[in-house]
Amino acid sequence: MGFSLFTPLAWSDLPFVLQGVLNTIYISVVAIVIGTILGLIVGFIRAEANKTVNIILGAFLDIFRSVPLIIQLILFTTYVGVMGHPLDPFVAGSIVLSLYTMAFMSEVFRGGFESVSNSMKTASRSLGMTYWQTVRYIRIPIGMRTVFTSWLGVALSVIKDSALVSVIGYMELLRTSEQLISRTQQPLEILIGVGIFYFIISYPLSRYGKYVEKRMAI
Amino acid sequence: MGDYQFHWNVVFDAMPQLLSGAWTTLHVSVLSMLVGIVIAVFLALGKMSDNKLAYGISNTWIEIARNTPALFQIYMAYFGLGAFGIHLSPYFAVFSALVFINAGYLAETFRGGFNSIPQTQYSASKSLGMTKFKVYRYIILPQMFRRIYHPLTNQFVWSILMSSLGILVGMSELSGETQRLQSLSFRTLEFFIVAAIMYYVITKIILFSSDLIAKKVFKGDI
Repeated sequence: MGFSLFTPLAWSDLPFVLQGVLNTIYISVVAIVIGTILGLIVGFIRAEANKTVNIILGAFLDIFRSVPLIIQLILFTTYVGVMGHPLDPFVAGSIVLSLYTMAFMSEVFRGGFESVSNSMKTASRSLGMTYWQTVRYIRIPIGMRTVFTSWLGVALSVIKDSALVSVIGYMELLRTSEQLISRTQQPLEILIGVGIFYFIISYPLSRYGKYVEKRMAI
Repeated sequence: MGDYQFHWNVVFDAMPQLLSGAWTTLHVSVLSMLVGIVIAVFLALGKMSDNKLAYGISNTWIEIARNTPALFQIYMAYFGLGAFGIHLSPYFAVFSALVFINAGYLAETFRGGFNSIPQTQYSASKSLGMTKFKVYRYIILPQMFRRIYHPLTNQFVWSILMSSLGILVGMSELSGETQRLQSLSFRTLEFFIVAAIMYYVITKIILFSSDLIAKKVFKGDI
């Protein structure tokens, strides 16, 4: 009669959990890299464009920031599904998470571009630099320095928000743990392990961000 | 192959339920903000105190809240606490997770706002003969409130958006209600489009009225 439907947590579950850890890191890095590149471009456009373009672009970007990420994920996967092009959860998750990241990053970078004073732009142009040389050698290096901590803050929140990609079936850490929980019925141990993982990644980085912020303030 | 037929009628018929879901979203967010603010004040005081125990508790709370995903907190409240024999309803699980996170984030906001006011202002007001209460009432708190006003609004919007995670524990706020209703008709796309629009509108109304209040209260000086 020693039969049980549930089996306890075992060492042999470790590879399964590690795969979830890797998947979480993987999709976060993809979203942060793509989101940063797109955000830099959009932020630059927003800093340069006139008021009308900015209002339209702003309203569009606000969609990503005013609709819960979970709804965005569900909407996107359902939409590509009914249009007859179902996507792999990783691809769909990366697209949505990257656009979401882009919306926040663009605000960060816009602030960075606007922090470079007009006189500095004029000065570099009068030294004979072309428009793009000014962007490349003056505005990006100087503007981006001031926004590093905000960038890090967005990046950290993306790592945490990547947990939501589990709802469309991507096997990241939280979904992995969910499956383990339904087999082992040991929610507390597993969830605490998951929490520790996120904490180990997020805490040192946020401390580093605070350290940089303090150093730049002085 | 894009021959999908949209059927909006079924969504409009379900409007009363969707609106009642939106109402639940609003009040779980408002309540979690109010309770979160009260706890955050104590956490901020704890983090600034010399008492090791108070500092330790506050610091642990703040760092855990800020460095783990919201979904994790909700799972912890809903599934994790079961190990201690505590079984929360979906509403209460989401509510307590939001309170936990709001308190953690706001504590840092309050601390930052407090620290941003130079100590010399305190000494100056004292030397003008103000009592401690008056110094806080007329000098420190009004300035502090200005600095934490926008972070407070953002945290409120964040609560609205994150309460959507209630969908995963079967809570009947806007997202959960949408999920339940779409499963009756399989009009997933239409229902979630309407839900998305509702979130967008709610967020915009909050931000707009927050700006309006700021203009009235601070008279543009913020």
